[in-house]
Amino acid sequence: MNLSEKPTHSLILKINGTDTILKIKPWTSLLDGLREYAGLSGTKKGCDHGQCGACTVLVDGKRINSCLTLAVMHDGHEITTIEGLGTLENLHPLQAAFVEHDAFQCGYCTPGQICSAVGLMNEGKVKTEDDLREMMSGNLCRCGAYSNIFDAVKEVINHKTGVLL
Amino acid sequence: MRENYIGKATNRVDGPLKVTGQAKFAAEFTTSGLLYGVVVSGEIAKGKIDSLDDSEALKVEGVHKVFSHKNRPDIIHYINKKHEDQDSPYGEHFKPFYDEKILFNQQPIALVVAETFEAARHASKLIKIKYSEEPFLTDMQIARLEAKKPDKGKMGWEKPKSRGDAEKSFASAEVKFENEYTTSINTHNPMEMFASTVIYHGPGKLTIYDKTQGVMNSLGYVCNIFDLKKDDVQVLSPYVGGGFGSGLRPQYQLMLATMAALDMKQSVRVVLTRQQMFSFGHRPGSINTFKLGADKSGALTSIYHHVVQETSMFEEYTENIASWSGVAYHCENVDLDHKLAHVNLYTPLDMRAPGAASGMFALECGLDELALKLNMDPIELRLKNFAVNDQAHFHRPHASNELKACYIEGAEKFGWSKRNSKPRSLKDGRKFVGYGMAGGMWEANRQAIQVMAAYNKEGKLTVSSASSDMGTGTYTIMAQMAADSFGLHIDQVKAMIGDSKLPEAPLSGGSWTAASLSHGVIFACDKLKKTLFDSAKGMKNSPLSKSTFEGSVFKEGWVYDKTDLTKKVSLLDILKHEKKDEITETDGENKIMGMIKQMPYSKNTHAAVFVEVKVDEDLGMVEVTKVVSAVAAGKILNPKTARSQILGGVVWGISQALHETNLIDHNFGRIMNHSLAEYHITVQKDVGNIEVIFIDEKDDVTSKMGVKGLGEIGIVGTAAAVANAIYNAIGMRIRELPITPDKLIRAT
Repeated sequence: MNLSEKPTHSLILKINGTDTILKIKPWTSLLDGLREYAGLSGTKKGCDHGQCGACTVLVDGKRINSCLTLAVMHDGHEITTIEGLGTLENLHPLQAAFVEHDAFQCGYCTPGQICSAVGLMNEGKVKTEDDLREMMSGNLCRCGAYSNIFDAVKEVINHKTGVLL
Repeated sequence: MRENYIGKATNRVDGPLKVTGQAKFAAEFTTSGLLYGVVVSGEIAKGKIDSLDDSEALKVEGVHKVFSHKNRPDIIHYINKKHEDQDSPYGEHFKPFYDEKILFNQQPIALVVAETFEAARHASKLIKIKYSEEPFLTDMQIARLEAKKPDKGKMGWEKPKSRGDAEKSFASAEVKFENEYTTSINTHNPMEMFASTVIYHGPGKLTIYDKTQGVMNSLGYVCNIFDLKKDDVQVLSPYVGGGFGSGLRPQYQLMLATMAALDMKQSVRVVLTRQQMFSFGHRPGSINTFKLGADKSGALTSIYHHVVQETSMFEEYTENIASWSGVAYHCENVDLDHKLAHVNLYTPLDMRAPGAASGMFALECGLDELALKLNMDPIELRLKNFAVNDQAHFHRPHASNELKACYIEGAEKFGWSKRNSKPRSLKDGRKFVGYGMAGGMWEANRQAIQVMAAYNKEGKLTVSSASSDMGTGTYTIMAQMAADSFGLHIDQVKAMIGDSKLPEAPLSGGSWTAASLSHGVIFACDKLKKTLFDSAKGMKNSPLSKSTFEGSVFKEGWVYDKTDLTKKVSLLDILKHEKKDEITETDGENKIMGMIKQMPYSKNTHAAVFVEVKVDEDLGMVEVTKVVSAVAAGKILNPKTARSQILGGVVWGISQALHETNLIDHNFGRIMNHSLAEYHITVQKDVGNIEVIFIDEKDDVTSKMGVKGLGEIGIVGTAAAVANAIYNAIGMRIRELPITPDKLIRAT
């Protein structure tokens, strides 16, 4: 089959609150759609195989690996990326906590870690410190900032829920 | 200089950009008409390509060209150039697409260039390759039989020095033991995959965004190969998504993207896949034959450490593995040796604490085994054999060495006194609890560097150098030092790095960046201050007309006379006086100037690391529940980012001890677990409580400010402390890394 016979699809993704029209092939991943077609490179590619979590974004509030899903499957969905959480002047509480706790070094896994933590909080399943460690284990950090990531996320969860882990 | 920022916990200046996704990495710069290149990897370990059929690939819509050895540009670089870089080991360096020969598995053999990544990726799967295989050897345990001494090795290689008569003293030692320790092949795997975006401006004129730990190295490499003028090419790496040594050599995507851009006269980006991240340098595996002898008091009488380390067939990569056994402890009789086992894999590459992370695993486990035979506390044994000077280097004194304080303060914080030296004596439910410790050591070096300091009419100070920040905190310490030099708020200071147009800086590796930059930034700022002061003094009716530079102080945009603070000139007035928007000065240090004062001394960082593990014997599972790492590394510029460096090193040590290994199927000479699903690294759940202690250590030799560097020391010794803790928990000694469940279950 010649690939040129395949039509290019047009779809609308509501990315960070803005309707964005993408004209892409159906086999473009959501990750590549964001990075290469929507110009949002804050979402990172660390493996392209759903193994590292660097590409984590929120789709309708749920955290997913954007490399493991095709962009065309999300026509009309609300996508939140790291660029949609906060700005330099007005950081999201998790972004501020990550800076304060030095919860990153190179910063490459960081957008995925933060989006994953937002999704984690939306899920509302974390009851213990061990839960937090387990449920953040899908996001690898090669710099080894895990304990600072843990502290940053824990602080924000505690502040939001008022329940100390 | 008043220290408002130096020595104080300071948030990363690049932090907000990183947490908002605005820090851009090599694959994230773009231009109109950018083409995407996807690399095709070979599938045999040795032999040659008989045929490469790209006809189907070229039919894919959007594919422009397929490069391979068959059609690569026939220009001078393949014929005459050595493809050398600043970190190349001695040998014949690999030249991508040079000819049909296959030297290692996953060798890059073709590059598909297309209008979209999707088209290039799809087309790359359609290329049909036929090979002729030749016999190969990838098993280090077989290659060790033919191991031979290195001829020249690589930069930094030091032939291990023996002394006394270790054989005789071992034979007569009152207490002794011998064994073999094996470390596995590990792969760096920074989270960001290697990428180069080459922007084509015209013949010979390029801007290259590259993932590298040294823009000057990438610049020199491509200019050498493609006969480009250094002034016509700019290499940038403002942010680097982790390095750990992998970016010390230019990787093949740089050469391929540059080749394609020059040939096609278009901008090209090439990003490697995670699988291809396993296709270049790695930490070499090592086999350590080890013998220790001591008298009954615990004084070491004999150390024997012979190493076999793997390298490729074409380059002599050497790391200092055995040599640490000659400097870490006092002993008159030392026998050290290092041989290379050549295998059909790609050449190894420096990976966090190269040499020390492997050699000191053997040494520090060995001391634990000896302590047991002596019925002596492991810390007591180390204190007994404390190296008062550097016996391997003319008995030079230490520039500074607070290792004893590391043992004492680390043990106190950890609660070492609660340890029972008898294994299997402590349980938590069905798990056995064990305590282990080890020492660590790394070099404290400094390299030649140049820094530019500029003060502009917006009242901002900029310090810049072609250095890099792979997460190490370089931006932040530069801003801290410059802010203190000029008495400015850190927001008034900008640090610039990762640009080959900036003043020359060394590769960022070996833990030398902070110490080197401490000289560069201070010298450049001092020179700029002198220029500004001289100008202020020379103004008509200057309040500083009778003041001296030595008697001046800079604060909040003014230069004052220290003895009379009413005498002052605004720096902005100096700019107006000079009729300039900006005044700049460049200064730094050359290598010889820096070396003279340091030569009579041995310069190292030291650490003691304490580990608590819980071992589930039925499942062979090990949890690292507590770590205390006590580090003596001179002046700590930024306790916040410094702590993170050590945390990272400890996490790497846990990973080295329990998880990381490149599993090679020796039938195919191919890494089986070349993905992040199967190459296991430490994850959030694997990390318990880690405490970092920085010991107060004064050092006026190693660098001007007493900075000694932190990138490597955190990992050194950590794997040994984990292994020693596992022994203390269950009484099983695993001497082959990593200590995976299968090995523990087999042992119990």
